[in-house]
Amino acid sequence: MTTTPRWRALTRHHLFWPVAVLIALLIVNVPFTPDFFSVKMTDGHLYGSLVSIVLFGSPLILVAVGMTLVIATGGIDLSVGAVVAITGALTCSYISDQTDQNALSVVFLAMGVGLVAAVVCGLWNGFLVARMGIQPIIATLIIMVAGRGVAQLITDGQIITIHSEPYKLIGGGYWLTLPFSIFVVAAVVAVTVLLTRRTALGLLVESVGGNAEASRLVGIRSTRIKIMVYVFCALCAGIAGLMISSNTSAADGNNAGLWIELDAILAVVIGGTALTGGRFSIGGTVVGALVIQTLTTTIYTIGVPTQTNLVFKAAVVIVVCLLQSPKFREKVFGARRSRNLTDPAPAEPVLPAAAAPKPPKTSTEVSR
Amino acid sequence: MAEPRPVLEMTGVVKEFPGVRALAGVDFRLFPGEIHALIGENGAGKSTLIKVLTGVYPLDGGTVALDGEPAEFTSPLQAQQAGISTVYQEVNLCPNLSVAENIFIGREPTRAGRIQWKRMRKEAAELVDRLGLDIDVAAPLSSYPLAVQQLVAIVRSVGTGDRDAPGSGTKVLVLDEPTSSLDRDEVLELFRLMRQLSRDGVAILFVSHFLDQIYEICDRMTVLRNGALVGEHLVRDLDQVGLIELMIGKALDQLEELHEHQLHSGVGELLVKAEGLGRTGKIAPFDLDIKKGEVLGLAGLLGSGRTELARLLFGADQPDSGTVTIGGKQVSMSAPNDAIGAGVAFCSENRKTEGLVPDLTVRENIILALQAARGWTRPLPVAQRDELVAKYIKALDIRPANPEARVGQLSGGNQQKVLLARWLITQPQLLILDEPTRGIDIGAKTEIQKLVVSLSEDGMSVLYIAAELEEVLRLSHTIGVLRDRKLVARLANGPEITAGTILETIASGAHQ
Repeated sequence: MTTTPRWRALTRHHLFWPVAVLIALLIVNVPFTPDFFSVKMTDGHLYGSLVSIVLFGSPLILVAVGMTLVIATGGIDLSVGAVVAITGALTCSYISDQTDQNALSVVFLAMGVGLVAAVVCGLWNGFLVARMGIQPIIATLIIMVAGRGVAQLITDGQIITIHSEPYKLIGGGYWLTLPFSIFVVAAVVAVTVLLTRRTALGLLVESVGGNAEASRLVGIRSTRIKIMVYVFCALCAGIAGLMISSNTSAADGNNAGLWIELDAILAVVIGGTALTGGRFSIGGTVVGALVIQTLTTTIYTIGVPTQTNLVFKAAVVIVVCLLQSPKFREKVFGARRSRNLTDPAPAEPVLPAAAAPKPPKTSTEVSR
Repeated sequence: MAEPRPVLEMTGVVKEFPGVRALAGVDFRLFPGEIHALIGENGAGKSTLIKVLTGVYPLDGGTVALDGEPAEFTSPLQAQQAGISTVYQEVNLCPNLSVAENIFIGREPTRAGRIQWKRMRKEAAELVDRLGLDIDVAAPLSSYPLAVQQLVAIVRSVGTGDRDAPGSGTKVLVLDEPTSSLDRDEVLELFRLMRQLSRDGVAILFVSHFLDQIYEICDRMTVLRNGALVGEHLVRDLDQVGLIELMIGKALDQLEELHEHQLHSGVGELLVKAEGLGRTGKIAPFDLDIKKGEVLGLAGLLGSGRTELARLLFGADQPDSGTVTIGGKQVSMSAPNDAIGAGVAFCSENRKTEGLVPDLTVRENIILALQAARGWTRPLPVAQRDELVAKYIKALDIRPANPEARVGQLSGGNQQKVLLARWLITQPQLLILDEPTRGIDIGAKTEIQKLVVSLSEDGMSVLYIAAELEEVLRLSHTIGVLRDRKLVARLANGPEITAGTILETIASGAHQ
């Protein structure tokens, strides 16, 4: 038998399939880029495809982590892309108005302004969903659509470019040989895990998403919890917005964070959190976001024509989702096992003798 | 005597869940035209056996033969097409659709791809009519009480065959706890229908915790214990005492013991006082006193307002009149939080939809109420949490005794115990139990009733709702009688109070 209990336990782990897909995708790159896994040190900075994947994937990881909590409560947040744009627009326009763009105080104040705007967006979403009882997909659609317009208003429809060295650090700088973004992401993920698993927030979020009525009857203040996760999600999107605008030193109200909400939702789903709410996995989401970023990278390295790369992406996503589905796995991989079961000759169930049933006591015995 | 060939034969059926062997090589057979009871305590494997039979769970071992042919169903639809129809314990219909739509869902009469609504309603009405039920098929299912919804589920299930002859395509009809939410008249209605179908040659598999009903309707029975077969008997060959001993594996005189406990404990001072509390359309304004350590039983027919009264006392529904005072302080009752803060706990009759979070573990479900009260910033310390959970798993004998098990995989009785544990660790002053023994076996029933007695002795007040009058009589100090969404009487329990007295009170309530 090839399936030992340990292997089985491993394949049943909720992170197994996302991680397996991630590794497979990474390996696919090797024939096209033989030094794919190598990491070089140049000018005291680490360079390499792996580092780039994490660097470019950072905003997505941030947005997806926030999205995970929203989805766990049974909601969804479509507005994160617009929040990315608003935050970037506000921060950059504030910096560009100052005479000394390199002053630390200016940069901190600018980031504060951007993040406060993000929090306000989150409060609005939370208010509509939790207090007004509007369906999350509709409630967050408002900022998704209107938010881009707001970002355009802030930037006057232009792309604002800035020249601020300190601000450049967040999305494009290096620290301790690694891109600074990676530290920001690590910090946010760590804070999220601590916030959800070291306090009771994770449990209450899962309870609200798993059974809203039961949660109400058990005394959970779900309104507060929901507002909190929408604010948290917007805050994550805000940080991602800082990162994106910092990386390009520009605020583009039109294109910053465009469609990132869909990638984030996908990352959450690939990471094993169900869209119906309930159980969530931050680790799964991080892996899911890395899968999507690796996929984007792979599309470039193996030279998929640009016109078809969305189709290619869709195909891979379908495969990942199918692999995640227990039903599909059973159909494809379980075929051999179920044939064994229906095979008439060795059909005797594997049972210890002691557990074998007594024959039924009736007037006529079952003939064997 | 020669027996006909079984329509269904299951041999050596094995089903495992992570950490649990739910079925350990069970043999089961069903003959055409018989009504066969599947009996066992909670967690004995009844529901699992049914789910394996109907294709909900895949088999882990053993064989199934239908009409002598090997069969393995990988989906409920397949089983249904092969002639095995099932009505589950929980009604699996769409409450927002009409009765007719529910009956015909998935097999609507069509012409040129369009549904013939008129014909569908007409045929549904005929079907319902032929089965002697008074249901408006055009009304949404949700406008009917749970009991009627259950009947609709049965109508749907027997109507799955040829539309012109209900039941003709159905070889095996599985009824999983169909009577647990029906009142006596509805049960009789169901039995009439079951007999009619069995005369037509349908084999009926009947799962019920009501032993009297099994003796009333069934021909043969199969008894399970801990996932193993303990015997197959003709009903006339085995008396109830023998059956109970088979089910629990030991002689049972615990119920007698419980009887001696009755009313020994006294009651203390006033705890809860409701004045003019009511909600239009749910329950007429009522006054109610509950003293410390008092068990107040609520008796009344299904739909008489028992649950509605309890929900108002918990703030689950907002009252539109009246006041509640708990321990001398007035409580606003605008949300469950208010009641919980005042020491009230509520175990809903709908465990699955209003009680448990099925995706979470036993441990998480147990600490949920306590944690909600502490707020998210103050998690229960791990050591204290594990100790509390272990203590209650042991005290209530929750099986499997694994705090990591998903609650959704537990049997009904164990789910009920998890729900009880959740509220007991909050040490409430008033515990509201709405149908705590519904759908659970005799052993667990007795345990829960004993628990109520001992809680009341320790000074906890209990509001106890049960459809079985005997249960209310056995446990209560005082009995509140409801009729037509009105609290019509309040009787001090004593030797002179019997089920008859209560029924008379319910009947005479009409003249008040």
